[in-house]
Amino acid sequence: MINLKTTAPVAGARITGLGAYRPARIVTNDELAPRIESSDEWIQERTGIIERRFAGPDETCASMGAAAGSAALADAGIAATDIDVVIVATFTHRHATPSAAAEIAAAVGAINASAFDISAACAGFCYGVGLADSLIRSGSAKHVLLIGTEKISDVTNFDDRGTAFIFADGAGAVVISGSDTPGIAPTIWGADGSSMDAIIMQPDTFTAAREGVPSVLTMEGQRVFRWAVGSMGEVCERALDAAGITANDLSAFVPHQANLRITNAIVKKLDLPESVIVATDIQHTGNTSAASIPLAMAALRDQGQLKSGEPILMVGFGAGLAFAGQVALAP
Amino acid sequence: MSQEDILAGLAAIVNEVAGIPAENVQMDKSFVDDLDVDSLSMVEVVMACEDKFGVTIPDTEVKNLNTVADAVNFIAANK
Repeated sequence: MINLKTTAPVAGARITGLGAYRPARIVTNDELAPRIESSDEWIQERTGIIERRFAGPDETCASMGAAAGSAALADAGIAATDIDVVIVATFTHRHATPSAAAEIAAAVGAINASAFDISAACAGFCYGVGLADSLIRSGSAKHVLLIGTEKISDVTNFDDRGTAFIFADGAGAVVISGSDTPGIAPTIWGADGSSMDAIIMQPDTFTAAREGVPSVLTMEGQRVFRWAVGSMGEVCERALDAAGITANDLSAFVPHQANLRITNAIVKKLDLPESVIVATDIQHTGNTSAASIPLAMAALRDQGQLKSGEPILMVGFGAGLAFAGQVALAP
Repeated sequence: MSQEDILAGLAAIVNEVAGIPAENVQMDKSFVDDLDVDSLSMVEVVMACEDKFGVTIPDTEVKNLNTVADAVNFIAANK
């Protein structure tokens, strides 16, 4: 019998670089409020969002992702040619095929890398962290460039009182590399497609094209809020258990920046000690779906609140209804 | 559990979630118009009611709970 060779497993993987790209244009609540007969105060009360950023007409999900990716490579201090895999989490890439990852890999010079996108919406970044960890620990890759990037302003219905003020644009990226000790704990993840209508692009892309109408992001806000607040506390607790630590060991909690009210409700459920820094980047960035966690991490670092090597808890949740959470050591 | 007990329990929840004085939570009050409980706070009130009263309040039912009496009567009927 032929004995096939496999890759040799390695002990751990860890986040070694972090990069962010925030588009230049700041969009205030006052700019969006008139079309939905709303106000700055109303939007802030319901979401915590003070302002967000929208990409320019020439910027794409891929161009922003490349900018964040290059920044993460520089931060990690490794060459693009050393990257083995480029993974992009997004739902706003312009082409169903080819992938944003292939476009970004070429743009950043990751010419030796395989490249693919994952479709897990707001959970996409944490799905990617889990994938990258598995690829590295199995010996299949030494260095992974993981990017969350979104241009949601392209698919927002600015007349929809439920979504017009929530979503925004931006990109965040991390480099994940092999290490002698584990830096990423097991990922707790799942999906519930029986609730796929709770957050969905409507009409579907093909119908929209045929009928000449835009395909936009729709969301049942109350239903999603209830699911997130009701379920993500337990996902976080399972992620802490899987890492073998408690909330007291955490230095920061970096949840998907969906809505400040959701973050606050999860923090309350988890009964996080006050020593744990809670990311609230949504206030100035809006909800950037797959990009929100690395962007929030970068904001914490800019504020001097990200302690390198200390454990942080991340959790992403959104359309699908897909979720993923894990503990990782901060870059 | 009497209607008064349910009302008292609900009032405590509304106070906890939305900071509204418990004594303002009366049967004829509308959550949105009188008590200024917004749609997301309403979801938190519903979730807390499920825990406290051991009832299931489906998403489809939440929009029918306009007044405090609607909620008290639903809880009383479905306990």
